[in-house]
Amino acid sequence: MVEVAFTPLPAHVRTARLVAVAVARRSGVADSLLDEVRLAVGEACSRAVEAHRLHCPAEPVKIELTASGGRFEVIVTDSAPADPAPPEPAAAAAKLAGAAAGNGHGGLQDGLGLAVIAELADDVKISRTAAGISVSMSWPSSAGQA
Amino acid sequence: MDLKLDDHLKDGIRVVDVEGEIDVYTAPRLRELLIDLVNKGDYQLVVNMEKVEFLDSTGLGVLVGGLKRVRAHDGSLDLVCRQERILKIFRITGLTKVFGIHDTVEEAIKARKSEK
Repeated sequence: MVEVAFTPLPAHVRTARLVAVAVARRSGVADSLLDEVRLAVGEACSRAVEAHRLHCPAEPVKIELTASGGRFEVIVTDSAPADPAPPEPAAAAAKLAGAAAGNGHGGLQDGLGLAVIAELADDVKISRTAAGISVSMSWPSSAGQA
Repeated sequence: MDLKLDDHLKDGIRVVDVEGEIDVYTAPRLRELLIDLVNKGDYQLVVNMEKVEFLDSTGLGVLVGGLKRVRAHDGSLDLVCRQERILKIFRITGLTKVFGIHDTVEEAIKARKSEK
């Protein structure tokens, strides 16, 4: 398993994406899926960073990357309370389209990142922990343990 | 890599060349540029994304924000992109129906001119 904890700064999200892709590649995730891993992990970390910056900027965002049983799993955990429930992808897209037409006001990213993740990873679980929200996502892998 | 931004006028349309990664860290710079251009009276925009290596939902939000601003002045914001990995996020979010997405800057300008 690889664990990463980082200060909730937008600049560190890129580092998190790079680490996730490196571990995914080493774990035997197909090259054709690496772009999806990169985007999904980036979205999860961006959401967590924004939540921490609002609620707990001193707390680190945590990522766990594991490979076992033919799956590569990434869990991004935040410690921020009161995150809104993720919307359905269609609702998020409609909201964006509405905003483009001039019907919306700000908040474009609300839940959109999670909606994107839901489309990119095979198996996505979004759960509330004692501290905040945990986003778990996985892809098929061919290698042993990461 | 970081984000590189440049812009120039071509046939009366402001072309914004974007290179690198558009994410939660870099997207504010693109947002500032689009706002700046609109404030200066550039309402016909083409954003050339051929050299964009990564785009996330934060970047999508900035592009939608730009589109909203130019439409408030009866303007337009078209995109140039042929990269499948970038186009995928537009499809996932349904934004292929919102933006005009073209293969080249020339095609984007031609399509915009023909609509006038």
